[in-house]
Amino acid sequence: MFDIESYHKADSVDEAISLLLQNPNAIPIAGGTDVLVRLRQGNPDYGHVVDIHDVADLKKIRIESDGTIVVGSGATFTDLIASHIITDNIPVLAQGAGSVGGPQVRNQATVGGNICNGAPSADSAAPLLVLDAVVELKGPQGLRRIPLHEFYQGPSRVDREQAEIMTALRIAPDDFQCWVSSYYKYAMRDAMDIATIGCALACLPQGKKVGRLRLAFTVAGPTPLRCWKTEEKARGAALDQSLVKLVGESVLDDLRPRDSWRAPKDLREQIIKTLAQRVLIQVFQQLGVSLA
Amino acid sequence: MAVGKAVHRVDGAAKVTGKARYADDFTMPGMRVAKYLRSIIAHGRVARIDTSRAKGLPGVDGVFTFEDIPRNRFATAGHPYSLDPNHNDVADRLLLTDYVRYEGDEIAVVVAENELVAKKALALIEVEYETYKPLVRPEDVMAADAPELHQRTRNIVKEHSFTAGGDPELARKESDRLLEGTFETQVVQHCHLENHSAYAYMEDLEKIVIVSSTQIPHIVRRIVGDALSIPLGRIRVIKPHIGGGFGNKQDVILEPMVAFLTWKLGGVPVRLRLDREECMVGTRVRHPFRVQVEMGVQKDGTVNLIDFDALSCTGAYASHGHSIVAAGAAKSHYMYPRAVYHCRGRTIYGNFPAGGAMRGYGSPQMTFAIESIMEDAARALGMDSVEMRLKNAALPGNKSQITQKPLLSCGLVACLQKGSQLIQWEQKRADWPKTQNGPVRRGLGVASFSYGSGTFPVCVEVASARLALNQDGSVHLQVGATEIGQGSDTALAQMVAETLGQPLDQVHVVSCQDTDVTPFDTGAYASRQTYVSGQAVIRTARQLREKILDYVGAISDLGVRDLDIKNGHIIISRTPETAVMSLKDVAIDAYYQKNRGGQITAEVSYKTRSNAHVFGCTFVDLEVDIPLCQVKINEIYNVHDCGVVINPLNAAGQVLGGMAMSIGAALYEKLMIDPDSGRIYNNNMLDYKIPTIMDIPDLGVAFVETNEPTHPYGSKSLGEPPVLSPAPAIRNAVLDATGVAVNELPLNPKTLYKYFKNAGLI
Repeated sequence: MFDIESYHKADSVDEAISLLLQNPNAIPIAGGTDVLVRLRQGNPDYGHVVDIHDVADLKKIRIESDGTIVVGSGATFTDLIASHIITDNIPVLAQGAGSVGGPQVRNQATVGGNICNGAPSADSAAPLLVLDAVVELKGPQGLRRIPLHEFYQGPSRVDREQAEIMTALRIAPDDFQCWVSSYYKYAMRDAMDIATIGCALACLPQGKKVGRLRLAFTVAGPTPLRCWKTEEKARGAALDQSLVKLVGESVLDDLRPRDSWRAPKDLREQIIKTLAQRVLIQVFQQLGVSLA
Repeated sequence: MAVGKAVHRVDGAAKVTGKARYADDFTMPGMRVAKYLRSIIAHGRVARIDTSRAKGLPGVDGVFTFEDIPRNRFATAGHPYSLDPNHNDVADRLLLTDYVRYEGDEIAVVVAENELVAKKALALIEVEYETYKPLVRPEDVMAADAPELHQRTRNIVKEHSFTAGGDPELARKESDRLLEGTFETQVVQHCHLENHSAYAYMEDLEKIVIVSSTQIPHIVRRIVGDALSIPLGRIRVIKPHIGGGFGNKQDVILEPMVAFLTWKLGGVPVRLRLDREECMVGTRVRHPFRVQVEMGVQKDGTVNLIDFDALSCTGAYASHGHSIVAAGAAKSHYMYPRAVYHCRGRTIYGNFPAGGAMRGYGSPQMTFAIESIMEDAARALGMDSVEMRLKNAALPGNKSQITQKPLLSCGLVACLQKGSQLIQWEQKRADWPKTQNGPVRRGLGVASFSYGSGTFPVCVEVASARLALNQDGSVHLQVGATEIGQGSDTALAQMVAETLGQPLDQVHVVSCQDTDVTPFDTGAYASRQTYVSGQAVIRTARQLREKILDYVGAISDLGVRDLDIKNGHIIISRTPETAVMSLKDVAIDAYYQKNRGGQITAEVSYKTRSNAHVFGCTFVDLEVDIPLCQVKINEIYNVHDCGVVINPLNAAGQVLGGMAMSIGAALYEKLMIDPDSGRIYNNNMLDYKIPTIMDIPDLGVAFVETNEPTHPYGSKSLGEPPVLSPAPAIRNAVLDATGVAVNELPLNPKTLYKYFKNAGLI
């Protein structure tokens, strides 16, 4: 039994915004895989809900004429995995989506909810960060767009106003065409688990060198984080063992893993270093780079 | 032939189609919901409690605290009553407490019209605690100045020691090498699918009916009577379908409370259903052990001495208490019965969830210690791990050092040989490189086990069954043995079909136990039902068969001695292909012929006075990813000697489930309790890492069938044994792969990181 105080169902984004405006305590609910869990725990902050679960506009996954991929925030992880737009162009996001929970959770949970709850462990976050995704929000003042890495503001805090709805995540063609990327979720179990550490890496090769490299981690700081310093150091580096070494040595400078009863800091650091290198090697394999 | 056939479970269709009804599926008009108020501290006293606001909430029927309950302490363990007063369980529970002994202890209970109102009422109860230092580490519990969690106990539930098989000092002196090790096992939880749930109501002014998810309905009746000082005959316990128990329902947990609440509230039905978070901490857990072992060996690999000091931590309440370490120590000695044993066992309290019965009952902990030190000994001697075990393995005719009774059936050597072949031990030993330096390294591991069938001679082993011939020639079987998912109804039905000469589909098992009508049996535990309850069932079937044949003799001119029953028909033994009459014909005559007969029934209550020992082993091939501190199992086999296999399909199912459970304990699971605060971090299925289907590798199952002469069909136990040997085999394979001996469970990334760091591997 859930202690739901008010429930309204929106048929459109605009209706959702107006329902949220009418009740400053209201929050959007989409798949419910976070909100209902908090409600079950008796958290009173989740008692007023505006249901955006069936808003058709939010579920679309499409490519715009300039090649930008637009992922509706209401797309479920199952939708992502099943979408050829995703698997053909940005398979790293399908990798992340496929690592969420189990089939039942993936059928229900949405990519927008995964980002908007601000969890440092969000499985879609690291892939979206290395795709340099842009968050699109609609609110009483209209549409706005903000890079995902700026959308994250702190632990469980994102740059979304109470009456705003995240409508989509946008990935520009320059951020995925010709890039090669991979994701690795390290968890204590192979399913139904939150990441101990998640790592995504994307590389735009330039001949036998790194044109650009993007590296992002989850659960390695208060929010999902890009590894800006390491990315900068890797620019122009040769695609060989020395890059593997560089990434392993540099990555911890970008991150702030913490000690918790779930995993001690030194174990997290060990995993971070190892994953940075192993995901890079996975990307090398896709690029046909041999380390032998 | 029904015995030995892989027939489908008799309850399979009901369960997979959702038609089987569990305790939560029944409802009654006017049923109320009860919820516990649980302490938020691990150790202290309730200094003040104010329930007035909660009582005033609309929809609340009652709020009860420790001030409102009967004052008699009761024991909760699901053991049969013992005529020896020194052997009865520790009575240290009240229905509610003001002295808080673990985070989650029950200090009040609310009854309300629904769960939401009950939860709101709980939030309105004001509690002030006087807090004391939590005692979690054994050192803290045993400190000279530690407060007593239970008066006059010094925080010790019980201790004992025994020597068996000779003089330990002599065995020590005669050993070429002495190996020592300290092995620690963690708190794990049963995680049965169905949480604890019970409801109670009154049928009249006196009689309380309890419907509960329990393994032990007849014992529940006695203990509820103890707890409430109500004569046992006024309590009726009904056990519907059960969604697993693994020992956690071999304890009386909710039943006295629901009985108390309906009694206080004039007989209205009251349901108490734990959610998963409560079930994880508020029921029972597996006792964590610290076992110091010394093993004395000769150069040729002969084990002279196994000397262990086992500390078992029972947590807040005794529950099964010292029985766990006593049973674990006794049952694991059968695998190497020619060695001298010296054991000291001690069980202590502590400020964490109460330890109780859990599949294996102390033996997983002891097997982890013994099979780990065995591996260390083999390595110290430069001896192959399988050869070392074969050299010391129990043989038929060996005597138990404790009971001096011979092992009548014993297939341990054959199990080790079969497992070795399945995993291609020798070939891999020959083919694999002698040294490994890469980040991912491969290892082979083996571990043996021994166990018992039932609890005799420690406890009485009584079982009863009733059979009635129906008008259509089929039979109904009533048993006190409880089906909790393990498949006992099917195995018992097969035994009836076999003994009676009936097709299996003509045997209907009454799966529900109702203590008002069900014949007495102590229930599902100690892997006893095929072996112990089976004895009663087979004897009942024999009796029914005799009565049927006698009746046929009486109504015909056939000689009873010439008759038999085959495939549901009366036959003449000499000409079995010709049916004389069907069982339906016999039944119709017996029921309805005006001048003779009557309903043909049989009932037997039988005490088993033997215990059959079972054996087996696990072989595993795994790889260790050192930088990621992870283990991946490539191949794993359990090989069991459980006597004659009654149902190969269900037997394999038991083994698969047990292996998965032990892999969970070996690599994943640990209930995390902060040693300073007693706080429990992971009372849920997200943070308590029970493995999922994605984490469990393909599991190999094999049997070595022996014929146990003390059972009519040669059968021995199988319910618990599958959980005993996988964990030490995995520990030994990780040692083989990395050279690192990890002497604590689980071997999860956190533990492996610590060990690999210390070993300089990362």
